[in-house]
Amino acid sequence: MSISTHGPIDLIDYDEAVARFDPVFGIEVHVELGTKTKMFDSAPQVFGAEPNTAVSPTSLGLPGALPVVNGTAVEYAIRIGLALNCTIAETCRFARKNYFYPDVPKNFQTSQFDEPIAFDGYLDVELEDGTIFRVEIERAHMEEDAGKNTHVGGATGRIQGAEYSLVDYNRAGIPLVEIVTRPIEGGGARTPEIARAYVRSLRDIFRALEVSEARMERGNVRADVNLSLRATPESPLGTRSETKNVNSFRSVERAIRFEVSRQAALLAAGGVVVQETRHWHEDTGTTTAGRIKSDADDYRYFPEPDLLPIAPSREWVEEIRAGLPEMPVARRNRLQGDWAFADAEMRDVVNAGALDLIEATVAAGASPASARKWWMGELARVVKTTDGELEDLPITPVQVADLQGLVDSGALNDKLAKQVLEGVLAGEGSPQEVVTARGLGVVSDDGALLAAIDEALAAQPDVAEKIRGGKIAAVGSVVGGVMKATRGQADAGRVRALILEKLGVEG
Amino acid sequence: MSTISRDEVARVAGLARIDLTSDELDRLAGELDVIVQSVARISEVATADVPATSHPLPMFNVFRADVPEPSLPVADVLAGAPASEEGRFMVPQILEED
Repeated sequence: MSISTHGPIDLIDYDEAVARFDPVFGIEVHVELGTKTKMFDSAPQVFGAEPNTAVSPTSLGLPGALPVVNGTAVEYAIRIGLALNCTIAETCRFARKNYFYPDVPKNFQTSQFDEPIAFDGYLDVELEDGTIFRVEIERAHMEEDAGKNTHVGGATGRIQGAEYSLVDYNRAGIPLVEIVTRPIEGGGARTPEIARAYVRSLRDIFRALEVSEARMERGNVRADVNLSLRATPESPLGTRSETKNVNSFRSVERAIRFEVSRQAALLAAGGVVVQETRHWHEDTGTTTAGRIKSDADDYRYFPEPDLLPIAPSREWVEEIRAGLPEMPVARRNRLQGDWAFADAEMRDVVNAGALDLIEATVAAGASPASARKWWMGELARVVKTTDGELEDLPITPVQVADLQGLVDSGALNDKLAKQVLEGVLAGEGSPQEVVTARGLGVVSDDGALLAAIDEALAAQPDVAEKIRGGKIAAVGSVVGGVMKATRGQADAGRVRALILEKLGVEG
Repeated sequence: MSTISRDEVARVAGLARIDLTSDELDRLAGELDVIVQSVARISEVATADVPATSHPLPMFNVFRADVPEPSLPVADVLAGAPASEEGRFMVPQILEED
């Protein structure tokens, strides 16, 4: 049933593709809820546990085991629905989605079918240049995650060529909410950017709602991306491909760009797009054909007889609504006002993932401007050399605030502070510990500074004359000499003042 | 009039991985037909004010508190497995991608 594609895939240039065709996309996002237990049983939810050590008879699908709904997971699903401006169902049911795969031990996934808990919503997504694009949400429903297959044998751990597979059911039964958009039209050439911004906005909302840690690299948030092309915005929708498991913001953008170019090449050559699932390859930035939609996609949904319907009272829904935290966009606007950042500065901060970090740094005592300077300056430069995110750097907002505190108190100058930062990032301890261990304090002993100043003046006697003669700007070269002599460990401002005082000149 | 064809029974049996003989297909097509027609008769008498029922108990919102209990010991988990390796269930080669 599965088809492997050999040889290169025909592509046409992205700009040409979007000039000739109108892209329409849709995204299904799965988020793992950060409950303490699973959706339908009390097995603990833990990340990184030894295989099959977080399971119960229910999550293993053992005969006779019966599910009971996790009330907290329902509350989280309602929170998500409300944050996405959805209607919350008066009543809804679970349904069985029947299919056979080793990571689904019951031979069905407990999901929701015709009665999702939340429906008819929207999310206003802010693009990098500040444009707002509305994404319509069709539904958000509750379901459970599957276990994890590991393919053994074969070259690359992939399913092809594997001799057998090993199954760990720790993840089986973890609560998921799946959020499905309506077809998103009108994105044009910006379609990939809109898709990326949408998934990112969802991630920010999950975190703000405290319903999930929403860590992309752990697979807490996973996206399936549907894309189709049509000749013009007035044409009927084209045949779509569904690219599975696109699990980073950047990949969402890249996968859509790739599919636009691939499908455009097919259509331009007079071919057709096949309705199929496709696999995303992070390393090559390409998709390859997976399964073609078939008879096996008849999941024979029926109402789950082991679970009672859910009818969230309107009082409960309103109570949850009243308790919703400030949404990311509102919070961003508030912080921008508090911090007096320009629009472009704020966008850069948000796009760099530095908002929370700067907020925490400010809370630890740094000024907003200095917090932004560190995170968007030195630390952003460091992170560019890695594959990670700012939040993954081995430095805390409190340490950044402490470092700035040392600068503010005059104990460090900017140059030394950068060396201290290197030390903290290298795991040498807190800023104060690095200062002590590396002996990096500013020389504040005037006696030592005056000695260095005497030396520098003696080396440049003509400069001293110029300064006395009123060319104050010439003091810079003496300061430079002192800084060199003290290996940068002097407070340049203090040195300047001492030189002028010594020469009897008014600064 | 028969509403459930023999082919339909064969297709659903295939989806459910149930191996049926030719005789069984004939018999089940007839039996399922009786069930479908009986349900259809109920639909005739049920008026619009009778909501569709998926459960016989008039109960809603039976929830469990989000309090973890210990996992089954891994030895018990794997006790019924035909084969296992490194604490995981061993399954034969998977031929189709999910």
